[in-house]
Amino acid sequence: MKYIDEFRDGDTARLLAGLIHKEVSPDRNYRLMEFCGGHTHAIFRFGIVDLMPENVRFVHGPGCPVCVLPAGRIEAAIRLAESSDIILCTYADLMRVPAGKKDSLHKARARGADIRMIYSATDALAIAQANPERQVVFFAIGFETTTPPTAAVIRIAAAMALTNFTVFCNHVLTPPAMAHILASGEASIDGILGPSHVSTIIGSQAYADCCAQYRMPLVIAGFEPVDVIQSTLLLIRQINEGIHRVENQYTRAVSASGNRKAKALMDEIFELRPRFEWRGLGELPDSALAIRHTYAAFDAEKRFHMAPVTTTDIKGCICPAVLRGVSNPDECKLFGTVCTPEEPKGACMVSSEGACAAYYSYGRFRAEVTS
Amino acid sequence: MNNPDFKHGVIEMAHGSGGRTSATLIESLFVRHFDNPLLQQGNDQAAFAVTSGRMVITTDAHVVSPLFFPGGDIGSLSVHGTINDVAMAGAQPLYLSAAFILEEGFPLAELERIVISMARASRETGIPVVTGDTKVVERGKGDGVFITTTGIGVIPDGIHISGHLARPGDAIILSGYIGDHGTAILSSREGLEFGTTITSDSAALHTLVAAMIEVAPDIRCLRDPTRGGLATTLNELARQSGVGMHIEEAAIPLRAEVRGACELLGLDPLYMANEGKLVCIVPQQSAGRLLARMHHHPLARQAAIIGHVTSDERNLVVMQTGFGGMRVVDWLAGEQLPRIC
Repeated sequence: MKYIDEFRDGDTARLLAGLIHKEVSPDRNYRLMEFCGGHTHAIFRFGIVDLMPENVRFVHGPGCPVCVLPAGRIEAAIRLAESSDIILCTYADLMRVPAGKKDSLHKARARGADIRMIYSATDALAIAQANPERQVVFFAIGFETTTPPTAAVIRIAAAMALTNFTVFCNHVLTPPAMAHILASGEASIDGILGPSHVSTIIGSQAYADCCAQYRMPLVIAGFEPVDVIQSTLLLIRQINEGIHRVENQYTRAVSASGNRKAKALMDEIFELRPRFEWRGLGELPDSALAIRHTYAAFDAEKRFHMAPVTTTDIKGCICPAVLRGVSNPDECKLFGTVCTPEEPKGACMVSSEGACAAYYSYGRFRAEVTS
Repeated sequence: MNNPDFKHGVIEMAHGSGGRTSATLIESLFVRHFDNPLLQQGNDQAAFAVTSGRMVITTDAHVVSPLFFPGGDIGSLSVHGTINDVAMAGAQPLYLSAAFILEEGFPLAELERIVISMARASRETGIPVVTGDTKVVERGKGDGVFITTTGIGVIPDGIHISGHLARPGDAIILSGYIGDHGTAILSSREGLEFGTTITSDSAALHTLVAAMIEVAPDIRCLRDPTRGGLATTLNELARQSGVGMHIEEAAIPLRAEVRGACELLGLDPLYMANEGKLVCIVPQQSAGRLLARMHHHPLARQAAIIGHVTSDERNLVVMQTGFGGMRVVDWLAGEQLPRIC
């Protein structure tokens, strides 16, 4: 399969891994944060760790859309779905994420709330058109990758003057989260494998300020295993040379300025929220998007006067530390015992992009498998 | 008695009442299409002579959505699925029963299409539907039509096939391409329609099994990797037998179209459903002979040895990836969902 097989070629991977072994300096560690869950997944699914020298370590970042959404936002959506006769539409992964008091959208649906799993933002719009007598709310989440489709459906709904369609907007931004992690200095990292899909939208230059300010090497990396290994090599070279710049390995999809049309669309529909809570990272300024006043008619928070909900995280769950790159999933007492993909306690165990789920599915018995 | 209007009519509560309307539906639809002497006797049960040996019975409830998909429909699937469950014991299937739960308002034209498809599958496989039942539920309390089929069959003397019999060193054989059914269903599911030439592999495997046990009566396990796919079936067999499994990704037959669709949606073909494939565990010394015989059967031309059984107390299924690494092939948690990012 073109554009897949070349980037999964074992020989190419071993060649690049050989260069990494040759170029790493034995007297130092290389702690590299892969920002996206897609990278975490590739690292485990293809056994990339096995090809790396001892002193090259991957630190998992917060780039999993459902993982960073605080339980309070899900709880707010559940309350809305259960209190009014609305149809709540959302992406599948979110259904199983634990909200407060052992609740989830899945459980709310079983209790009778009309919650529907959709594959694309346009599905939510179609449901609104098919049910003109009912209010349809699209529970929108995700980084910049999923934001343009949400913006598009709001614009279409406005053009059609739909009165029964709103969006519960939870879109968040990558660069502020990255800056926060680097500013806190909590996770000691030497370089960053930058997002691939997000960068197709925002472009490689979006990280320039962050890299310069924190003197951090960053390589935008594709999601295939050869992409990850080549980007790792590029990062190691930057670290060895003592330089820090934004490099783009994923040139087949990412440009310096990104997708201008998508960015313009996002800018037309959304504005910065002054503050937004992230699971694990806490409240971050200018890190999320809200629907602009011009489109307020399509803002579920405004139409339904949704009140903020605060919940406490599950006792013992270290998802917050995992999302900050401070802890590994297997350091959690709940990992693999109380918290499994079947019965997730923390968000990172739910999504296939979550670090805990990747550890559990592919890496749980790594020591035994490789021995 | 007027026959139901199979062009424009819909299922009404009366069709399940047990009265005259029910009887007309049964006569003009089920008895007419399933047409066989036992059913024509009009009893609430079918009576037949019992052969000697061990018998098997299995039952399967079918709730597929959508009801019609590329390469099949709920009707043919409900015949093939149950025949396959009988055959996976090494048995020759003999008879089927079928129970229909119909939702009020369901178009009779669609029901007839399903019954005709079932009848065709039954005729082609030579396994008659000899008894059945019909119930109607109120509108909104069903999903069009649910079909439960039960099958019975007889196991030839000397054949002992069961999921707990795999032994370390045994060969693992897969009968063909994986993921066709799951991909065909996904491609036609509401909200996710995508263009593909993939059709469901739905097929009855009893003649394949008969050919297999003829050349390899020492087959230890047979299972059809339906819901949950190859990964789930291997994990089930590993746990039942108290063994581990080692498979090679490069050896698993997989169509480029299925692989492409899975890549696009972020799904793993190892977990995609199949309806016309089987996994066979057999002692190494019989594997070559068996594989050669399978290649002569139209339903197993792409059969391949995909790995071997290992001794492993944790009952892990591990896979050497095409990339060169090793990974655990775990049980599926929840359902496979397309990725967001």
